[in-house]
Amino acid sequence: MRKTAAAVSLGIVIAFLVALAFLIHPFGQPPSQMDDYMIQNSQAETGTNNVVAAVLFDYRGFDTLGEATVLFTAVMGVVMLFRAGKKREG
Amino acid sequence: MMSKIVRTMCNILVPLIFVFGLYVIMHGHITPGGGFQGGAVFASGVAFIIVAFGSANVQKRLKEHHLSVLESGGGLIFIGLAFGGLATIFFFNFLVGSPIFGHIPPSGANPGDLWTGGVIPLMNIGVGLKVLAGLSAIVLVMALVSSGIEVEE
Repeated sequence: MRKTAAAVSLGIVIAFLVALAFLIHPFGQPPSQMDDYMIQNSQAETGTNNVVAAVLFDYRGFDTLGEATVLFTAVMGVVMLFRAGKKREG
Repeated sequence: MMSKIVRTMCNILVPLIFVFGLYVIMHGHITPGGGFQGGAVFASGVAFIIVAFGSANVQKRLKEHHLSVLESGGGLIFIGLAFGGLATIFFFNFLVGSPIFGHIPPSGANPGDLWTGGVIPLMNIGVGLKVLAGLSAIVLVMALVSSGIEVEE
């Protein structure tokens, strides 16, 4: 009973994955027009030659804020871990 | 403290590493690179100094709390510039077209102009300060602890 249930669920999962492989967008074509928009307009909108910098600091600036927060937290953790602690009496 | 050969090579190479790191930070809006990468290059120079001269000698000149101030300052520059565009939207590039870093390059391939990009070069400087101070602080603190010296604050 459990073996048949496992086989049926495995078959469902495999059928789902095969169906997804046919439903996915064509190879080499972007799923959205966002990248074309950024490449065309980043120089006029942000005045930046480097499109990566324009995405990193302008279009997706909030993501960079999280990245900087991660670095800040890492540094804070290392310094807190390794600083000289006060010796406790007793 | 390593041998005299390593120290001499450190004295020759470290200024070049520092200048290259600052170049990558400053040209982040024109060439590949930016604040994170340039800060990492700069911090590798600091790590080289620590390896060559020993963390105890480095600690006399480079205190950890100075690096903490630098890191927090870089983070404040970044968030302050993000809040500066709040009249339109968070992280709006409000300096494009203004006299500060305001040139707009022609569309398509062009040789590049340092005085472009609006807030992006300033944000690169802020993030660069943050990353170079943060990574240097990590390397310095870990080197101090592994050589048995207690870190003061």
